[in-house]
Formats: sequence, structure tokens, C-alpha cells
Amino acid sequence: MRQEYTISLFTENNIGILSRITLILTRRQINIESITASESAVSGVQMLTMVVRTTPDMVDKVARQIEKLVDVIKVFVHTSSEIIYQEIALYKVTTKGLMSGSMIGDIVRKYHAKILEVTPEYIVVEKSGTRPEISELLSVLEPCGLLQFVSSGRVAVTRQVKELNAYLKEMDEAERIRRQELEIYN
Amino acid sequence: MKESEKKAGSSQQRNHSAIVTGAEALLLSLIEEGVDTIFGYPGGAIMPVYDKLLDYGDRLNHILARHEQGAAHAAQAYAMVTGKTGVCFATSGPGATNLITGIANAFLDSIPLVFITAQVTSGLIGTDAFQETDILGISMPVTKWNAQVKKADEIPAIIARAFYIAGSGRPGPVLVDIAKDAQVDSLDFSYRKCTYIRSYNPVNALNMRDIRSAAVLINHAEKPLILAGHGIILSDAVKELKAFAEKTGIPVAVTLLGITAFDHSHRLFAGMVGMHGNYAPNVLTNSADLIIAIGMRFDDRVTGNLKKYAPDARVIHIEIDKAEINKNVRVDLEINNDAREVLTSLLPLVSEKTMEAWIREFRILDRIEDEKVIRPETTPGKDELRMGEVVKTVSQMTTDNTIVVTDVGQHQMAVARYFSFTEKNSLVTSGGMGTMGFGLPAALGAATGSAGRNVVAFIGDGGMQMTLQELGTIMQYRIPVKIVILNNSFLGMVRQWQEMFFNKRYASTEMVNPDFVKLASAYGIKALAVSDREELRPAVKTMLETEGPFILEAKVSKEANILPMVEPGASVADVTLTYK
Repeated sequence: MRQEYTISLFTENNIGILSRITLILTRRQINIESITASESAVSGVQMLTMVVRTTPDMVDKVARQIEKLVDVIKVFVHTSSEIIYQEIALYKVTTKGLMSGSMIGDIVRKYHAKILEVTPEYIVVEKSGTRPEISELLSVLEPCGLLQFVSSGRVAVTRQVKELNAYLKEMDEAERIRRQELEIYN
Repeated sequence: MKESEKKAGSSQQRNHSAIVTGAEALLLSLIEEGVDTIFGYPGGAIMPVYDKLLDYGDRLNHILARHEQGAAHAAQAYAMVTGKTGVCFATSGPGATNLITGIANAFLDSIPLVFITAQVTSGLIGTDAFQETDILGISMPVTKWNAQVKKADEIPAIIARAFYIAGSGRPGPVLVDIAKDAQVDSLDFSYRKCTYIRSYNPVNALNMRDIRSAAVLINHAEKPLILAGHGIILSDAVKELKAFAEKTGIPVAVTLLGITAFDHSHRLFAGMVGMHGNYAPNVLTNSADLIIAIGMRFDDRVTGNLKKYAPDARVIHIEIDKAEINKNVRVDLEINNDAREVLTSLLPLVSEKTMEAWIREFRILDRIEDEKVIRPETTPGKDELRMGEVVKTVSQMTTDNTIVVTDVGQHQMAVARYFSFTEKNSLVTSGGMGTMGFGLPAALGAATGSAGRNVVAFIGDGGMQMTLQELGTIMQYRIPVKIVILNNSFLGMVRQWQEMFFNKRYASTEMVNPDFVKLASAYGIKALAVSDREELRPAVKTMLETEGPFILEAKVSKEANILPMVEPGASVADVTLTYK
């Protein structure tokens, strides 16, 4: 049974790593619904967050194959309910459409969105939230004359992020000891 | 002495460093890694490296292949028989792309290799320059790791990393692409082996709780079966496997690449599993109550129909590559670790047992296979020569430490089935990729690293002609390989499938072949052709007693089939024993 998974992974910031990861997903014909790359809390470590739809069995297989890549430090797989995540969306709507009724007030109060820019022709609205929240606002704004809509990939935090920091520290400590031993040996 | 030389000399004494070119740094790095043999082929972009190679001829032996694919297969075979990491050089563009089959082959069969490709000058990379190709992108799916070097001073660290990754954990090929200017520029050379990469964890710490759970499962099993794969050989666990099997009394079946993991004359040897494996281990996989899979990956050629595979068995999977666990067969207990480590720690925890009734089930099926398949194939007594009898004859007449090389196809399965392997033999074959054309270059690579052991290669008439040009390499270096061409004038395995599954419609499988004896003579290689049974033994004797390379062409039955066979989509328990 296919469902949505958020794959969060931590990699060394090396050239080509994204290619290697997408190759694994491409081979299994898994489409990436969204992807975000950013610095993680640990310096030199990149964090990638991908959203995919696939079966539980398959997500486990590809996660293992991704984690096997030399430059990948750790892979975590979560269903959407197991993480706290946000996406950000921008909606560009005609001013005429949006100014009718109590729409502006609703946008700010009910949907917790922000008005970024107002011109006589269009208004730009920003909303961060979960995928359903962003979709909900989209369906509200669509009848008002939607000119453009764009949304980001996912940023997500998990309890394991903390574990990763501990894990990295352990590895660095092991490396420090190894280097000391090597120097004594030499 | 020039001022600069003095400086270099003194710094060498003080810091073990010296000013050298990138090309020289590459060769020095290889020497630091214990490399003494390189297979390769020169070309424009890699000329600085080859030029330096002339100065290091006393320490680095370069074998010039006749095609980069040949160099890659030869390097793989060299790595397989020496246990060292093989090294292969190629130039940019077509040189690099010609390696791909060899790289992919080594990747699927987990062989440690370092491929060095040259790249155009760094300023030209990405511009579609002459003989430029994106080898990093092309090789990405078939390498364990790859990297490009654009600056000379990066070379030692990258090479150190390449060797560490290729040889640790589950071994595999890596590729380092070096821009021409990085080969020419100078650097202050010093070398430190790589022993740690933060994001790479080749072997886990042993989890004793899992080992104890495994021991409980093993001690309670009534019909356990060990499936021993290539991992046993790669982790040097042959002795540990034997001790484990003998203590527990559990029969041992092997995979194609694990064929020398267990002595075939041992009373616990159960045979080879898989599509053309032995009858008993295939059928009894589905009677087993416990499968102990060690260093193998449940390839589809081993399991047949997965839905009908080992339905009554719990599965313990001992495997160094975590991504292989639960990939094809769902397991009950995963032990993601090195085979030797696991077997060593498991041995004291398992009970001493014998399983005579269970072993008897194997022997009963063995007798059926012997009568219906093995005897007619190996001692037909009349009609044309059979592949099986040629293989068996060579097996009987060679020493038990002989290195056996094969190509891919019917003859490969005949070798796997009818060569009587011991743990002292080595089998160099293309398993996962099934690369026709592997045999001849692999034979010369194996012989280069054989340390005096005899090398006998079995090659079909089809595969022989895929990399025939490597006879030139054998001629140039007088490489003493004994080549047995099992010639049935067909692409035999495809023909067999056409016969069995395509209504005998032989589409493009019949071969008009050259006179292999004359061909050999063009290369100055002694050769004989046999088609009569009486000629076979004397011819094999002549081959084995002749100094240097030798080609023996055995003209065998044209339309013989390899049996038994687990037909595509069938369960391993439904093995076809006879056909027609």
C-alpha cells in the first residue's frame, strides 16, 4: 500500500551526492514529490528532506541503499504523522478578486497567512504550514483569480536529529582517538 | 645538484615528502598501497602517467591489454586470485567508457578495484572537449564511489580514500578521474593511508544478542541448510565455515561465486543452488526449517520464484551489506556483519550435532540427479563429446589448487556443475552481470596474479570471440593460460532457451566460427582441436604439459542442454531434471 514518506538524510557536503541519491530512486521508479537541501545543525553536514510516495517495503529498501552510499551519514524515514514539518507557499492573486468580501481578514486571521506585497493589479500572500493547510488555502484563493502559486519542499524536524548530533560526536571522538593512536604508533 | 633538487632531497629525509608531478604522485601512492601490477591502455589524456610509468618499471608491472574492457576484466581476475585490490588505467573519453562493462561486472560481484581514468585538462571539463566524457556521471551507478581530481595536490589523499573504500566492508570498484593538468602539476608528496571516513561505516560492531538468537534458532532446527556465498571467500571465512558446519552437522549448499567456499568431496557438501544448481539443495530448500544464508544475496537465479521460496524456513541472513538484507527474501534474523566475525563468535554457542536423516534426504536426491543428469553428461560413452565430460576430464587431470576461469553461458554452468572444486581451487567467473567476453581477459589477469598456480579457462565459442583480441596480450607477455574452448557452434544458453521457451526458433544463435587452431597459430600459441572421445585425455595431457599458453578446442554436441533447470517463474522445488 503506497503512502507518503518523508526521507530525511544527512550527508557530507560533497559534489554529486544528490545525483547518487536520485539514481537509486529513479531505478525503483519512485518520484520525488518535493526536495529540500540545507545545512544541518552540524557544520559540514548537509541535510536533505525528500517526500516520496511508495510502499513501506520499498521505502525500507531504498533507505538502506541510500544509507549505503559512502557520503551518506544517516537516513531516517518517517510517515507524515511522525514528524513536525512545514512547507512555505506563495500565492499571487488579483487585487480585484481578493478585495471583494471579507477575504483579506480571513486570510490573516483564519489561515494565519501574511500579505507580502500589494499592488493595484495583484496581492502576494505567503503561508507556511503543512501540505493540507497549504492546499486548503489554495482552494480558497483559486476562485479569487489566482495568477501564480508556488510552494517549497519540506523542512522537517524529528527526535532523531538530536540523536544524529550525538552520533556524529561519537564518530568524531573515535576518530580523534584513532589519530592519537596512529601518532603514537608512528 | 641543483638547488631545487637539494631542497626536495632534504625534505624527503625530514618529512618523507618530495616535490613530484601529479602523475608521479599517483604511482607513488599506488606503491604505498602495495600495488605492483597494473592493467591498462594508454591514450592522450593519460600520457603523463604512462611516461612516469617507464621510470617505475622496476616496481610497477604494467600489462598492456588490447581493449580497456579486457584490462578491466583482467584487473578483476587479478584481484580475485591475489585478494589484493586490482588497478586499471584508461585514458579519457572512449578509454573510460570502454571500462564500463568491466566496472559493472566487478560491482555486481563485489571485487575491490581502483580504476584510474584520465580526464581532459580541468579548464576544458564540461565543454565537450576532444575525448571528453562525463565518466563520473556514467560510472556513478556501477561504482561503490568515484571522484574527480582537478588539482595535483589532491591525488595522494584521494587515492588513499579510493583504496580504503574499494577494499573495506563489501568490496567493490571505485573510479578516480584525474584531469591532465593535475597529472602534470607539481605537489609536495607525502602519503597517509586512509582508515576512516566519517560517513562510511564498512563493518558494524558485533551485536552479541543477535548472535545468541541465531544460536538458539540453529540449535532448535531439525532441517537447517547453510547457503554459503561469495562473502565466505571475501571475508576469508572458509575455515570458520567448515568448523561451523562440522560442529552443527548442517549441510552446506553454495552459490556460484561461493563455489570454493566448501570442499565438494566433504560429506556435508549439498551442492550448488540456483537455476542450474544441484537437484537436492534446490528441492530441499523448500523442506528446510531454517536457512542460514552467509555472505550471499538471494539473487533471483538462486531463489527462483520468490513467492514459493523456502516456505517452511525461518531465515537467518548473515551479510555485511545491510542493503542486501530484506531486499529479496524477508528474513527472521538479520546479522549485518562480516561472515568470519559472525561464524567465529557463533561457533562456541552452537550444539554439536549430527543430522543423518536430513543428510540422507540429500543423498537420495543426489542419486536421482546422478542417474538422470550427471552420468549421461559426464560419461556418455557414445555420440558426440559433451561439455560435462570435457570439464570432468580436465578436473580429474589438474591439481586441486588450480585456478579455474570461465566465460558466461552453458560452459560456465557445466564447469560449476562438473568441476570438482576443493577449497584450494579458485573460480574466477562473472556471476551477477553474466558478462560474455569476461573469460579470456580474466584468464590472463588470473594467471598474472596466480603465484605459480595453474590457470585453466573454459570459454564458449561465442564469448571467446567477444574479447578475442586479448590473445595478443597473452602472446606479448607469454602468459601461461590453458584455454579450453567448448565449441558447440551456438550461443548455447540462448539456444537452450529458444528450444525450451520459444518453440525451437533459433533466432541469431547459430555461429559460423573461425578455425581456432589456425587463429592460435597466428598469435604463436600452441593449439589442438578434438572432437573424438579417445583424443580428449591425450589432448588435455598435452595442454597441461605444454609450457606457456595453450588452446584446446573441444568440439562438443551442438544442441545439448544444461540440466537440471529451475525454469523462469518456477519454484526451486520444481526443478526440471530431464527435457524432451
